Amino acid sequence: MPQFDPSSFSSQIFWLIVMFVVLYLLMSKIALPRIAEVLEERQDKIDDDLAKAEKLKSEAEQVLAEYEKAIADARSSAAAALKDASAEMAAQAAKREEAFGAELAVKISEAEGRIATARNEALQNLTVVATEVTAAATDRLIGAKLDEATVRKAVDDAMGDAS
Amino acid sequence: MAAGEKHSPLDQFKITALSDEPTMLGGFDISFTNSSAAMLVTVLAVTSFLVFSMRGRALIPGRWQSCAEICYEIVANMLRDNVGSEGRKYFPFIFSIFMFVLFGNLIGLIPGSFTFTSHVIVTFVMASVIFIGVTAIGFARHGLGYCRMFFPHGAPLWTAVILVPIELVSYLSRPLSLSVRLFANMVVGHVLLKVIAGFVIALGFFGIVPLAFLVGITALEFLVAALQAYIFTILTCIYLHDAIHMH
Repeated sequence: MPQFDPSSFSSQIFWLIVMFVVLYLLMSKIALPRIAEVLEERQDKIDDDLAKAEKLKSEAEQVLAEYEKAIADARSSAAAALKDASAEMAAQAAKREEAFGAELAVKISEAEGRIATARNEALQNLTVVATEVTAAATDRLIGAKLDEATVRKAVDDAMGDAS
Repeated sequence: MAAGEKHSPLDQFKITALSDEPTMLGGFDISFTNSSAAMLVTVLAVTSFLVFSMRGRALIPGRWQSCAEICYEIVANMLRDNVGSEGRKYFPFIFSIFMFVLFGNLIGLIPGSFTFTSHVIVTFVMASVIFIGVTAIGFARHGLGYCRMFFPHGAPLWTAVILVPIELVSYLSRPLSLSVRLFANMVVGHVLLKVIAGFVIALGFFGIVPLAFLVGITALEFLVAALQAYIFTILTCIYLHDAIHMH
């Protein structure tokens, strides 16, 4: 086998060492740093992108929280305004009702006064008419000419009983 | 290789100088041979593969760049899993070993080319350099405490008589097993390919049967080429682990 022929050993060892040293230098000085750089760059880019995404996500979450807070604020202020308005309206209504009630009471008492006056007047007239009718009746039936005062008194007595 | 005169399946391993006159250096023959040429091609192929495929420096890698990055990551992960973060500074060396053996094996599969990893002296020199380097790292990190490697932790003291020689032999046989594994796999694969290729011609029309077989074997040899490079590298990592962390 040519593998065990020692005459070629020196040349093989020499060139092996030369070639391997050359390869080692090429790898360690040129090839590997380039690959490492590219891989590192990619890793950095990925990390960077992930960090950016994380940042954007937290920003979006913050905005969402702010938005929700604004909504809640608006809701609560709307509810407060609604409550205020309804209280005000209720107060106004009560006040108006009261005023109207007072006016109505005044009108009622006025009307009652008028009714009483009218009634008294009517009664007055009635008394006069009754007196005249009574005087005329007594004159026609029994021919007694009674004086006006007596008739009046009698009518008043009768009406006082009636009323 | 099979046509014409009689060829031995071992002829493919013959070392021939590319120059007529042998080049001498300090009494040693250092002629540039077909083996040296294969090594040179391997170095050029590895370097141009890595440099040209990474030229785009794309954020999203293309096919070639992916291949280069996969090679890088296979070795980086192997080193990290087996040695840990202390192995970081040996990465260029381990990576060079992996690419050198892998491309040496693969280029050797091109018909008519030469497989320098099929020479035991080449694999033995690589394994010895690894062995000596790893042992040096072990003694540098642990001092004489590195000798505890040869005696398992917690075993009764008297068993040292048996265990220390066993451990010593197993430790010292590492470069041998590392180099012979790679060399033997390469030799056997290539001899098998040539022997079966001989049948293809000899059987005439029925040569189609060994030809089909040859296709399968060639595919298997590609697997072996990659696998042996991987095994050679991972064993180097394991030895490095032993040197750095002891058992």
